[in-house]
Amino acid sequence: MAEEAILHIYRGNNDKGEMVEYRVPVQPGMVVLDAVHAVQAMYSPDLAVRWNCKAGKCGSCSGEVNGKPRLMCMDRMDKYPAGEPIVIRPIKSFPVMKDLATDVSWNYRVNKKIPPFQMKPVATSLRDADAKSAGSESRRDSATAEPRFSQEEADRVQEFRKCIECYLCQNVCHVLRDHEKHEEFGGPRFFVRVASLEMHPLDCGDRLELVKDQLGLGFCNITRCCTEVCPEHIHITDNAIIPLKERVVDRFYDPIKKLLRIVFPKA
Amino acid sequence: MDKYQTFEYDVVVIGAGGAGLRAAIESSANGAKTALVCKSLLGKAHTVMAEGGMAAALANVESRDSWKTHFRDTMRGGKFLNQWRMAQLHAQEAPDRVRELESWGAVFDRTKDGRILQRNFGGHTYPRLAHVGDRTGLEMIRTLQDKGIHSGIDVHMEVTIRWILKDGNRVAGCFGYQRESGRFVVYKAKAIVLATGGIGRSWEITSNSWEYTADGHAMALWAGADLIDMEFVQFHPTGMVWPPSVRGTLITEGVRGEGGVLLNGKRERFMFNYIPDMFKGEFAETEEEANQWMAQTLAGERPTARRPPELLTRDVVARAIRREIRDGRGSPHGGVFLDIASRRKAEDIKKKLPSMYHQFKELADVDITTDPMEVGPTCHYAMGGVRVNPETQESTVPGLFAAGEVGGGMHGANRLGGNSLSDLLVFGKRAGEHAAKKAKEVSQGTINADEVNRVAAEALKFFGDEQGENPYAIHEELRLMMQSLVGIVRTDEDLRAALAKIGEYRARAAKAKVGGNIQYNPGWHLALDLKNMLDISEAVTKAALERTESRGGHTREDFPETDKEWGKVNCVVRQNKDGIQVVREPRPPMPAELEELLKKD
Repeated sequence: MAEEAILHIYRGNNDKGEMVEYRVPVQPGMVVLDAVHAVQAMYSPDLAVRWNCKAGKCGSCSGEVNGKPRLMCMDRMDKYPAGEPIVIRPIKSFPVMKDLATDVSWNYRVNKKIPPFQMKPVATSLRDADAKSAGSESRRDSATAEPRFSQEEADRVQEFRKCIECYLCQNVCHVLRDHEKHEEFGGPRFFVRVASLEMHPLDCGDRLELVKDQLGLGFCNITRCCTEVCPEHIHITDNAIIPLKERVVDRFYDPIKKLLRIVFPKA
Repeated sequence: MDKYQTFEYDVVVIGAGGAGLRAAIESSANGAKTALVCKSLLGKAHTVMAEGGMAAALANVESRDSWKTHFRDTMRGGKFLNQWRMAQLHAQEAPDRVRELESWGAVFDRTKDGRILQRNFGGHTYPRLAHVGDRTGLEMIRTLQDKGIHSGIDVHMEVTIRWILKDGNRVAGCFGYQRESGRFVVYKAKAIVLATGGIGRSWEITSNSWEYTADGHAMALWAGADLIDMEFVQFHPTGMVWPPSVRGTLITEGVRGEGGVLLNGKRERFMFNYIPDMFKGEFAETEEEANQWMAQTLAGERPTARRPPELLTRDVVARAIRREIRDGRGSPHGGVFLDIASRRKAEDIKKKLPSMYHQFKELADVDITTDPMEVGPTCHYAMGGVRVNPETQESTVPGLFAAGEVGGGMHGANRLGGNSLSDLLVFGKRAGEHAAKKAKEVSQGTINADEVNRVAAEALKFFGDEQGENPYAIHEELRLMMQSLVGIVRTDEDLRAALAKIGEYRARAAKAKVGGNIQYNPGWHLALDLKNMLDISEAVTKAALERTESRGGHTREDFPETDKEWGKVNCVVRQNKDGIQVVREPRPPMPAELEELLKKD
């Protein structure tokens, strides 16, 4: 390992900027975010970068390192060739605010379009009156029934709920990155979010029309770029997008089902 | 003042972690026009890093559990210094807050019969922590976030609040800046909820992020509010120690809850040697017994064996680890070993502790399913905070509320693991409800334009052509100093030296200079934050100097015993014209029926 790392970091805003070279000392186990922090401490306190947990849990420090989308806090310096510059840029699919910080507010607007979790009425058979009276003497301010579902049912949506909203999937999705269809398309992050609601064992909402019409699920042609970059290893394409596409097809494009719905509207 | 963008709300909640989100949801539900103002993007707050779970006596796994046992555990964990009413409300209301979170879409791990699963944790008599693997905080914040954005709350992201504005003695609003543009903003508000988290960025080895610069603690102090229990800072027993890049990063207590054991450099299971008198007879005294407990627990039986001593409270475990290291029985990188590999199957470890697995594999080249982790204490949590009315969470300043870590009193001298996430929801809800109520009772106060202009001018003094120090250098020195002089073990001499150092840093920080301009400038933000950190470091140090005994998270080498007389008082910190002062105040008397619970075996 070299004793010094050479960094080329984007400095500027959305209109103009340049790559600036910095040299910082390397420590064992150092990650790219440490190097960026060293630049702040040694040369440039005004270098803008987002970060929080520094352990891959919050999804704040997304960037492009040598052209690859990364969480900078999980990106080890020692995997890059010693002595060669490491090039650090902000993620491309969103406007640069300053340096490595981008304007990701679009994602928050998309999220708001998705109707929230809607609890199923819990059937009386599922109520567990015994458990209520037996153990806890805690004060209750609502007469909620206790919903039950298995760990296997939980597993299915817990995978989606691991998402840390780093937006690396949004960043690499060509529908956004190359075709800039931000107005018509929700992006992989929000297909995962819709899937986490649609497959939730206690949810009774319906978001299929939304995902088809407003979030433009049809634009996705399953190139799996999102799945490849997901730092949480969520099977975005196989477990979220494809099942949603199947549900959309079943609902809106299956001629037999369509006919059945006309004949038996309440079925 | 007219030159600053101005908003008007009934209630402004500062901070968007679990407490802030829950407070904002409740405030809005109670009809108050509510803003949620946060330093980071929504969903990135410190709560996201909470791992192990939230404590609530649901009694799903152990039917004998009840709020009374939870209350008792909390008070014993806090070494009886807790505000008893907060501990009581917390224990009583936590189960409903968990169920409510589920009704808003949270997906907790399940028992075999499909209910919310609960795990063992330090200091809890029974398996009590509702959890999602080792990412419970993420589940909580995402659930609240998705609920919150449909609750009619205005979210102001990446805005730092610097100052509470008052009209006479009551709250009238607050002042801050937008991080991106650097522009100043004024919020008029009838009530403000502080939910700003903790203070851990003032220590070198910490699990806390850049956000934990004591903002709320400091703003409350400056506004004239009382702080309580500031001498108690929790060092979590298990932070990463190697490599240097991740030193201090949290390793969940869930590792021990799932059966992990602590070994010293000689591979001895040392915690059997550190069972305090208070817990004697309640914990396994031999490895055989501890292993039997583990086997019974894994088999889903009600254990007849006593609990392993690794599940003692955090203050006890952190001190034990420090002692092993100090006495030369540490691991190669100056920690001890935490071993789950030899206790559980690889697939179980990956299932129940996925982010620990990931974290060690990627950052430390350690596979925790085959090798032990190296761990050591890391600054984690401030028990001390704004002194509040237990029912309403209102501080001693009318209209100023506090919830979550910035609030004080709930945890006494030491917080139990898992009691933080439940604290956020129980007291977040209460703060939101009572802030909204307050807003209905009062009219908007008048903002003092001179005060706004003064605070704004002070914030801009770090720009200019004169020579001045880089704020990063001063911050680094502060962290090293607090770690060495106001760390796990303290002495009169060290604490006095620390006060002298704080004075010196304060003079330097006032003259710090930053380059660039006001737009998204972390150097400038840090220069501003130094004031908070220095004042609250002084509050911690002075309270620690005052308390001449050892208790919970406060250990005095020169006063190693726990003193009964000190058990009757809390240290209260407030600021007046002479600076930051500490006074002792008697604890409120506890009703006899609760006293009785504490005595019970």
